[in-house]
Amino acid sequence: MSEVASEQGNKRNYISTESEWTFELIEQYDEAIAQCAAEFKLDTYPNQIEVISAEQMMDAYSSVGMPVGYNHWSFGKQFLQTEKLYKRGQMGLAYEIVINSNPCIAYLMEENTMMMQALVIAHASYGHNSFFKGNYLFRTWTDASAIIDYLLFAKNYIAHCEQRHGLEAVERVLDSCHSIMNHGVDRYKRPSPISAAEEEKRLREREEYMQQQVNDLWRTIPTRAEDKAVANQKRFPEDPQENLLYFIEKNAPLLEPWQREIVRIVRKIAQYFYPQRQTQVMNEGWATFWHYTLLHRLYEKGQVTDGFMLEFLQSHTSVVYQPPYDSPWYSGINPYALGYAMFQDIKRICQNPTAEDKYWFPDFAGSDWLETVHFAMHNFKDESFILQFLSPKVIRDFKFFTVLDDDQEDEYQVTAIHDENGYRAVREQLARQYNLSVRDPNIQVWNVNVRGDRSLTLRHTPVDRVPLLEKEVNEVLKHVHRLWGFDVHLESMEGGKLLSAYHCPPRTSPNMDERD
Amino acid sequence: MGVTHVIDRRLNGKNKSAVNRQRFLRRYREHIKKAVGDAVNKRSITDIDRGESISIPSRDITEPTFRHGKGGRRSQTHPGNKEFVTGDGIPRPPGGQGGGGGSGEGQASDQGEGMDDFVFQISQEEFLDFMFEDLALPNLVQKQLKDTSNFKFVRAGYSTQGTPAKINVVRSMRGAYGRRLALSGSTRKKISDLQAQLEEIQRTPEPPDPVFSKEDQIRALEEEIARLKRRLTRIPFIDEIDIRYNQHIKQPQPATAAVMFCLMDVSGSMSQTHKDIAKRFFILLYLFLRRNYEKIDVVFIRHHTSAKEVDEEEFFYSRETGGTIVSSALKMMKNIMEDRYPTADWNIYAAQASDGDNWNDDSPRCSKLLAENILPQVQYYSYIEITPHEHQMLWHEYEMLAEAFSERFSMQQIMDESDIYPVFRKLFQKQVDHV
Repeated sequence: MSEVASEQGNKRNYISTESEWTFELIEQYDEAIAQCAAEFKLDTYPNQIEVISAEQMMDAYSSVGMPVGYNHWSFGKQFLQTEKLYKRGQMGLAYEIVINSNPCIAYLMEENTMMMQALVIAHASYGHNSFFKGNYLFRTWTDASAIIDYLLFAKNYIAHCEQRHGLEAVERVLDSCHSIMNHGVDRYKRPSPISAAEEEKRLREREEYMQQQVNDLWRTIPTRAEDKAVANQKRFPEDPQENLLYFIEKNAPLLEPWQREIVRIVRKIAQYFYPQRQTQVMNEGWATFWHYTLLHRLYEKGQVTDGFMLEFLQSHTSVVYQPPYDSPWYSGINPYALGYAMFQDIKRICQNPTAEDKYWFPDFAGSDWLETVHFAMHNFKDESFILQFLSPKVIRDFKFFTVLDDDQEDEYQVTAIHDENGYRAVREQLARQYNLSVRDPNIQVWNVNVRGDRSLTLRHTPVDRVPLLEKEVNEVLKHVHRLWGFDVHLESMEGGKLLSAYHCPPRTSPNMDERD
Repeated sequence: MGVTHVIDRRLNGKNKSAVNRQRFLRRYREHIKKAVGDAVNKRSITDIDRGESISIPSRDITEPTFRHGKGGRRSQTHPGNKEFVTGDGIPRPPGGQGGGGGSGEGQASDQGEGMDDFVFQISQEEFLDFMFEDLALPNLVQKQLKDTSNFKFVRAGYSTQGTPAKINVVRSMRGAYGRRLALSGSTRKKISDLQAQLEEIQRTPEPPDPVFSKEDQIRALEEEIARLKRRLTRIPFIDEIDIRYNQHIKQPQPATAAVMFCLMDVSGSMSQTHKDIAKRFFILLYLFLRRNYEKIDVVFIRHHTSAKEVDEEEFFYSRETGGTIVSSALKMMKNIMEDRYPTADWNIYAAQASDGDNWNDDSPRCSKLLAENILPQVQYYSYIEITPHEHQMLWHEYEMLAEAFSERFSMQQIMDESDIYPVFRKLFQKQVDHV
């Protein structure tokens, strides 16, 4: 910082020197930060900065990031939890509420000092905001300009349903939808350009399908038993469907129109949050990288005081602290810490690449750092970001190690550490850890017994024999049963072998049927 | 850039979550009621009505989702390695959960189990709401009372006097319209007559009368019509006398006035614990009445060999002992009823607490007093006997009363502190109306 200090020596034009904030000061800081952001080519939605009280912050927390939320008991539960943590002082309510909308809404708490307000503005209104606007997942999955209107519609619609059909009826549908909300997104489907050959193939398939339908239509002769067996084997849906909510919305036989609409609302909201679940490390890392960079730029320009910077560095350091695995405060990897370290590291590799960096990252070592971080922000999600950009240096700095837990072995085994042989393994494993399709069980709609009892069969495909959490499976199936209206089955199949099966309503054993 | 808006939202409502919080309390009311019941039993007399922290087992409150359970084969990467090298084995911690870093897909398996109960605070208001939910004084009826504070304003037509705020626009305009019609009637008739005349003249050919020519006639008529029309415009559109005001009058309301007699035995046979139980029972009763019935008189009577009417403070907090003559308290109650609470105006309730120990020849006297003088006058009489022992004479006498006056007399036994709240609820459970 010595060179910085000398540059600063020439011109001192502090925006403020006190720790108290005022609305004028917030506007001045915002303007100064906006100028810096423009220097670094941060492209943002317009900002809406709202100053709120601590109580309001708790409200905002408990509505899980929706500025306008429909009413549901689970948000009340969230509120009580937040309130308790806050009152016990276990939780600071500092940054971190920013809404992916256009304009981008960020909350400032009135208790904060001027430094904190500036930090939050840099972090949320320029960091997160530019991420929302630039990252490909957000661009594909969310529509920032429509979300507030949609949430408002959802709130009113659900309130209207409550009036017409009663609180409890609506609550039941919402409970059920929430239970499979994480399975309400098309996860594996990637929009990909279709080649001409592909297109032709599809056309043929469609034609064949139509022909089959027609054949079926005209089949008036009584069929033989084998034919029937073949017919029964054809499944509906023909391909497994990963989006349970969508499938239920479109196909559940007994749902009333208003219930279908509620399923749709929950599905849309799940979709809105889907990118956030996949970009925690990147999103927080990006925002933290930029609040650090932008506030340092202010300091270079002589717009903030040494005291401001000291206070800032203290907050910043605690935000990016990563407790080691054996610390009582350890609760997994801190996404702020990892993401921030990675973006700083990319900058370092661009500016001062070592031989190791050149070997590992030949395509961007020594290139323009600003372009590279923007490229990374635009085109990746946590999983691919780590796979692409996690360097041996960061692995060493974090002292990452990978542990294998196999229930068929007596001991855990350390399979890789931060050394020459381990870098790739650690990196791949860490990337996998952020893959949603690994984090959430893979459950798809397998079959509907269209001609028989209309039962719905879901199929779980375990990875590495990891089973479902038994005690919750049956509860979730009750919810699915409520939405579907007929029997629901869930089969865990690995390699064509049935591992376990769950049913709702539960299957009575044959013995019990015989009982008279 | 100039695209940032800073908005002060601090004055917006801060209780955005209130509805959701209520929804939560509603959903878990059974849990909360149970917790409240337990809390009431544990509390001392002085802090029986503060708020409470409610704890609900987290297994009852989790929202189930499909997630990974324990087992299978999985890897996890952790930071902060100090001692491990590739190939090291780490002993599996007993119990399988947590520990050195094998808990697998972290958030998936860790959340459900081993988490503390879900604990949250409810306020004093909410605590009392839950405590006294579904309770009511039985057989409460409306009785006319001379209590003058109980009035209701009802509409009583319209008046010509009042304040501008009470103007009835429709009535006033209707009045004005009627008045204008009435005042202008003859004038308008004259106008239409003259107009008919005018048309008549205009149609007929020129008369041979040179003195009163056709033009002259027309001019005269037109002047007359104009004069009458001017007169019409002088009728005011709205006048003082048109204005009507909504009128409200005070109507006395039939009131539900009630008095509760609290009769407590403080004799020597009652041990300190018994007295404590009795007091806690009456505190519950007192809180309940204060909370759910705005105007209720409470008469505190305590007795050993003689009865004394005391105030709240003395009833709950002073100590005094002696022998036991239960009828003294009943007699005093009877006298007070006659003096101050005529049955025509008052719903009379009584709660009596005793250990059942009494002079044996006094117990028949008690039951006679009750049967002849008291029970016919009261809405509901409850007796609680605080004893872990065999019942004595008084209980058996009362059992006969309970048969004879089944709808207004009830008795319960309290063995120890944990019975207080359930017995209290049993005695004052809201009854379903048989309508």
